[in-house]
Amino acid sequence: MNEILKLDGIGLSYHTSQGEIHALENISFNVEKGEFIAIIGPSGCGKTSVLSIIAGLLKASSGKVIFNGKELTKPDNSIGYMLQRDELFPWRTIEKNAVLPLVIKRDKEPIKRKNVEELLKKYGLWDFRNSYPDQLSGGMRQRAALIRTLACSPELLLLDEPFSALDYQTRLSVCDDVYSIIKNENKTAVLVTHDISEAIAMADRIVVLGKRPSKVVNMHILDTDKSLSPLKRREGPEFGKWFEHIWRELSNENQ
Amino acid sequence: MKTNENISREHLEYLKGKKKNKVFITIARIMVIVVFFALWEILADLEVIDSFLMSSPSRIIKTTADLIKSGTLYTHIRTTLYETIMGFLIATAVGTVFALMMWWSETFRKISEPYIIVLNSLPKIALGPIIIVWFGSGTKSIIFMTFLVTVIITIITMLNGFMACDENKIMLLKSMGANKFQILVRLVLPSSIPTFISCLKINVGMAWIGSIMGEYLSSKEGIGYLIVYGGQVFKLDLVMASTVILCILAGVMYALVALLEKILVKK
Repeated sequence: MNEILKLDGIGLSYHTSQGEIHALENISFNVEKGEFIAIIGPSGCGKTSVLSIIAGLLKASSGKVIFNGKELTKPDNSIGYMLQRDELFPWRTIEKNAVLPLVIKRDKEPIKRKNVEELLKKYGLWDFRNSYPDQLSGGMRQRAALIRTLACSPELLLLDEPFSALDYQTRLSVCDDVYSIIKNENKTAVLVTHDISEAIAMADRIVVLGKRPSKVVNMHILDTDKSLSPLKRREGPEFGKWFEHIWRELSNENQ
Repeated sequence: MKTNENISREHLEYLKGKKKNKVFITIARIMVIVVFFALWEILADLEVIDSFLMSSPSRIIKTTADLIKSGTLYTHIRTTLYETIMGFLIATAVGTVFALMMWWSETFRKISEPYIIVLNSLPKIALGPIIIVWFGSGTKSIIFMTFLVTVIITIITMLNGFMACDENKIMLLKSMGANKFQILVRLVLPSSIPTFISCLKINVGMAWIGSIMGEYLSSKEGIGYLIVYGGQVFKLDLVMASTVILCILAGVMYALVALLEKILVKK
């Protein structure tokens, strides 16, 4: 087994003047190289906190995150984080947005720049490299945001409901888009979503979290046809079965 | 739909209507001031109003011409412009840097906040006598008064701009491993440019308040001095002429800031 990421008994509590809130309790799972994992759970269960902890933005109160055999304590160059909205900077052109991580890391290696150029060409944004974000459609912006995430050639991608700001039609096609880019580039991905169908359509494995303080309630290895695109997978016979199963699991959690 | 043949009649009507409206607004704007001055002149001529107390446009023009001929107008304008622009520039720079420090350190922000609020509510003219004792009567005092009037509002406006920076974008930069300085330079400063421009626009007005108020308190030359002097010796022509000149100067300075906005905010 080629394990890239391991969460070992992660717990998280917030302190406010009103008291202590236990958000996460003993969350443990691992991610294999090349795998696509979806984390799903009732709203407010702390799904995003899990990602923030992996990204090194939030410190867990207990437990450890092991990435490539080493314990993570701060943001790691090999982990790329994609947020709910594209968060492109409106005063930078698409290309300048895409190379932002390299600018922040003061990485002047020509190969990396070249790599971003290749990605822009490959995924149809080259002609728009000198455009500003507000001149592009929502789908193209999300693609640009993904290329920005890929600029540092991360091994692991963290996706925090990356399609939730898009309308349904765009959402389905951008979902296909992003999935094919991730698979093309051979990346490992952890997706957080509240959308059951999205999780089933994209993931190899689904981690179901319970309500606060959330624990891992269940883990499903999906038997969907991985050679199909997310959109096509929605038509398969397994899709309905899984949807009903996970939906029931989450409704039980909400009671 | 850019070529002429493709424009539908309906759209043509719309464009025509829009242009017509614009022309009307421009003419109406000019008419307001023309009618105002014409009425003023006629009423003064017919002695409906007392032109000794109210002056009149022709007297204003004559007074201004006399000031230009004697060569003193230039000195007065130069003095006031120097005080206003110096106060404006120093206050904008100091206020912005202070706001940056408040953004940078939460502790510093929390400590200084109550003082900023109190200083903001304080009428700065109350400090006039102290300023004159400290800086003497003259340009230095007036620049300091202009600075005081302008700096607090700069701090408040700019800090609000810095604090309004999108949390998610900050998080994104942090996930890339950015330090605080990089977050400032790459995100907070560029996203605060619109705030900075509107701050400049507010400051133009504030700086004029400061410099004229300063000249009222103590001065030997300047537009504010002319107005006070004119009032004291009952030369209302001088008061009115100086006020008109002041309107023109303030308008030009605002227009320059608007021009800067066009250059800074592309697209």
